[in-house]
Parts: sequence; C-alpha cells; structure tokens
Amino acid sequence: MELIFEKSREGRALSILPACDVEIVMPKECRAEAPKLPQLSENDLSRHYTQLMKRTFGVNDGFYPLGSCTMKYNPKINELTAALPGFAGVHPLQEEDTVQGCLTAMKTAEKYLCEITGMDAMTMQPAAGAHGELTGLLLIKAYHEDRGDARRTKIIVPDSAHGTNPASAAMAGFEVVNIPSGEDGCVDLQKLREVCGQDTAGLMLTNPNTVGLFDKNILEITRIVHEAGGLCYYDGANLNAVVGIVRPGDMGFDVIHLNLHKTFSTPHGGGGPGSGPVGCKQLLVDFLPAPYVAEGETLRFEQPEKSIGKVKEFYGNFLVMVKALTYVMMLGREGIPEVAKHAVLNANYMMEGLKDIYKMAYDERCMHEFVMDLSPLKHKTGVSAMDVAKGLLDLGIHPPTMYFPLIVHEALMVEPTETESKETLDAAVAAFRKLYDMACEEPGTLHEAPVSAAVRRLDELSAARNPRINYYAAQASSSKAKAKKEEAR
Amino acid sequence: MEFPKELKYTKSHEWVKFSDDTTAQVGITDYAQQELGGIVFVNLPEEGDELTAGTSFAEVESVKAVSDIYAPVSGTVSQINEELLDSPEMINEGAYEAWFVTVSDISDREEMLSAEEYAAFVEEEKAKEE
Repeated sequence: MELIFEKSREGRALSILPACDVEIVMPKECRAEAPKLPQLSENDLSRHYTQLMKRTFGVNDGFYPLGSCTMKYNPKINELTAALPGFAGVHPLQEEDTVQGCLTAMKTAEKYLCEITGMDAMTMQPAAGAHGELTGLLLIKAYHEDRGDARRTKIIVPDSAHGTNPASAAMAGFEVVNIPSGEDGCVDLQKLREVCGQDTAGLMLTNPNTVGLFDKNILEITRIVHEAGGLCYYDGANLNAVVGIVRPGDMGFDVIHLNLHKTFSTPHGGGGPGSGPVGCKQLLVDFLPAPYVAEGETLRFEQPEKSIGKVKEFYGNFLVMVKALTYVMMLGREGIPEVAKHAVLNANYMMEGLKDIYKMAYDERCMHEFVMDLSPLKHKTGVSAMDVAKGLLDLGIHPPTMYFPLIVHEALMVEPTETESKETLDAAVAAFRKLYDMACEEPGTLHEAPVSAAVRRLDELSAARNPRINYYAAQASSSKAKAKKEEAR
Repeated sequence: MEFPKELKYTKSHEWVKFSDDTTAQVGITDYAQQELGGIVFVNLPEEGDELTAGTSFAEVESVKAVSDIYAPVSGTVSQINEELLDSPEMINEGAYEAWFVTVSDISDREEMLSAEEYAAFVEEEKAKEE
C-alpha cells in the first residue's frame, strides 16, 4: 500500500478556511519553508487509516498471548473517563488551585497502587517500564550516595531477567553482575551469596520470573541482598500473576515499577503511550522525581528534599494514569485478586492442554505464563519455534513471544491473560495442536507460513545484515534493481 | 557436522588452533553457528586487549539473540579478523575459517577437548534437547 506522503496531492485539504482578515505577523525566528505535511481530503485520510488498521492485528481482533507483555483486553470505559473534558482539557501549566480534581486523581491512583504493591509512595512520571527501571535505579544510586557509601557500584541481575534490566543498570552507571539461574529456573541462592558484598548496590528481579515461575525463596533472596547492604528492585512486568494476592513490598522489595499498560489495562504497543510509575518504601521517598503531589490543605506539587530531578516533562502520561485508576476502581478490592487468579488459571489450563505433545521448559504449575521448548520438535521435523509462530498468524492468532527467555532453546512463551474465555483458550489449544500435526506431516507448509497475513515471511536475516532504514532510499534501490533486471532481459 | 582434528575445543563451543605453545587463533564451532542461526553482527576486542580464560571477549548477534563468546585462553590479542565486522555471515558459511582473534603470549588455558571428545559432547547436548 502507498504511504500517506505518496497519496498527497498539492493543495488538497481537509477544510476550507475563510480568508485571513488580520495582519499576518511572523516573528523572524519562524521557519521560512512550510513543513512537508501530506495533503489529502478527509475521506482519503480516513480510508488510509482504515486500510492500515485492517493490516494490523490487535487485542480487538483476536487472541494475543504475547508472553511477558500482558496483552489483556482494555475496557472501553477507560477511554470514556480519560476523555472527560476535566481530565483531557487541562493544561499542564495551570495553577494548582484550578486542577485539584486532576491532582486528586493522581493522589488516589498513587494510594491505590501503593496499597496493591505494598509501597509507601509513588511517582507517575516514568513513561514506560524501562524508564521506570532507570528511575528506580537512580533512586538506589542517590540513596547510597546520600549515605556517603561510594563503594556500591554493582547491580545483580539474574540471567533470566528482561533484557532491559541490565541495560537500565548500565545506563544508570552501574556495573552489571549476571548470575545464572538454577536448574529450576529460579535464583541460585549460593551464587547470589557469592556475588553479594560491600560493592552491591542492589538486585533487580522479576517475580514470577520470565519462565513463569514464582521464586519461592524470595524472602531469603531479599534478605541476602539487604544483609549485604544492597536494595531490592522489583520489575513489575509480571505483576499480573500476583496482583492483589501478594505484594512486592511484603516480599522485601524497596523499589518497584508497574507497567500500567500491562497489569492495569491501558493500551500496549502501538496504542500507547505507556506508563511506568515507580513506587518505593519510606527510605527512598526523599529522592523521588519532582514534582510530587503532596497533601495539605489543598493538593500541591512539591519537590522532594533530595529529589533526583525530573525524569519526564510535567507529570508523566497523565491520561494513561486516569485509565489505570478507572480500571482499579472498576474492579475494586474484590476484583483485583480475581485478575491474578484467572490469569494463572488460564495459563495452566492452556499448558495442560498442550503438554502431552509440546515439551514444557518447566513442567510444573506455572503462574500467568508458560514457556514451551520446541527443540525436540525442531530436531524431529525441522520445524522451529519461528515456523510455529508464523503458522499461528494463518490461524488468526497473534504469535507468543519467541526465543525468550534466552535460557530456553526454541522458546515460545505464552501468556493468555485473564480476559480470555474458555472457548478462546480451547480454540488456541486446538490451533497449537493442529500446527504440531502439520509439523509432523507436512513441515514444508510451515516453513512457508504465513500465507494469509498482510505480508508473507519477512527476511529478517537480510534486514538485520543490510538494514535499509530510509523508505525512499529502499524504494530507489529496489527500482534500480528492477530496471537492471529489465535491461538484462 | 565437521570437527577438524587439528583443532582444540571448549565446552562453550569455541575452537582453538595453536600455531605454537603461546599463540593461537580462536573462533566458534560449526555446531555453535548452527545453533545460533543467521549471524548479523560481531563485536570483537581490540588489538592489544588482554584476554582472561573463561571470561567473555566477544559477542555475536544472531536473528534470535546476542551471545557472549568466551576466551579459551589468557593472553594478548595480537590480531583481529576485521573482515568479520563487515561480513558476519562468514561465520555461518565456514565456522572454522572465520577466526575471531589471534592470541599471543598465552599464559593460561581453559580445559579443552579433542575433536573426538567434542563430537561426543555435542551428541550429548543434542540428546538433552530431544
């Protein structure tokens, strides 16, 4: 399909404006040349986006079990509240007295999310999960520096962690110490004890971890780190498995981030933006980013005493937070734990339906997601995790996460989420079973998949080796190649 | 799958070709490249860098993942294979020609396997997956 810029025609526009009847005053700083924006009629524009929409696949189209991403359904009421003019129409520079309602929403969200996670305070500023990680690590850094403890330069990260964990730690100026997981996929306590010491600034952990298992030694883990003088950071990516059931604060974590776009049902991926609030225990409150909503006679923005400063302009993605607050209030104290229970039940139900043919990386009760190891299938039939994932596209299902976590070969990580019905789960199990049969009987077909998607199998290898990141340059070189071929003929 | 007799191997799937007691070329094995799949990027140390046996000295990125490559010996990098930086696919095309670095002044070495031992080790690894 054509780009919107290719559909553009000079002079075409959406509306007819009356002639300007005031003197045009252009400060000399203004650009001399008009920006190159596409020019289209409204119906062409509308059709362009509808066409694009038809070529994508989202939670509104079908099952989307992308592991570790918690692609749950986003209730429509979230959109309704976020669009209320009192929320959507305010300006971030308005006087505090005129936005007490918005500040109340922020404070309420903070209190609810703190109660759910066992934290004492929370900033809404970070724009996404990894941004939250960076913010949390900067809090840990500020804490150690404030105590005059300059030796703590290392952050411990298990090898099953999300790739963003070591990246965030490096970005915050820490040295990353990787520790291998035990046979059971959980933290190896002995290894942890060996690396903990006077240079330990902290540990980053996801629990349940990336193979979908709850680390039963969690209290021992956080104790070991605390005894060495480090702090514990909880990556909230997998909170959906335990939300309302167990609190990171009670597991011994000092600082956490939440992914509102995962656990708290705000749009994820292209529907963003995301939001990654960071919560902390009392010992880190003074270091939180500014401004922070403080209570008094009225609600005010304040700069915490030893604040690490701003991590994002203004107050973060405010309307995303309004959606998450709506979600929490709709579910209430009774509903929140049901989220976790159903997420875990759905994952176990699917796993049970598949484990007689697909090898499970860890064959035990899982939490909200499970990891399949397709290496036996690959050895037997030549069909890889990638082939099965592409085959799912033809069956109307978004593929699960592939080749992650790295500690499992040919991994497919499936996270159904709580919002899917038994019928949807049954259909997905049937689809996976059908692909298994196809792999055994006609493996060639799966190497060709997908056949019905908007685009066929993409050549990821060539794309990575010779990336052409400019659309026009890519067009030019492919038309040159075409011309050459023509000539040759 | 090939296991050239004149090479030594590690359990982390590197090959080592000694030209004398203190000089060797290092690369990754045919099995390693097969498991990694299409390699798209290689990160090499610089000439003059000190390697420590058993620690990571290079990275290869495949379509699937980024993997560390471990130094089988301690010593000084005297030469790097710059061709690999531009053409990482050379590793997929011929793992035993695509050397990563030459190490000189070798002072220490990891436990190494003969071609026969390594072939048996690879069979074990494969059996584990099945």
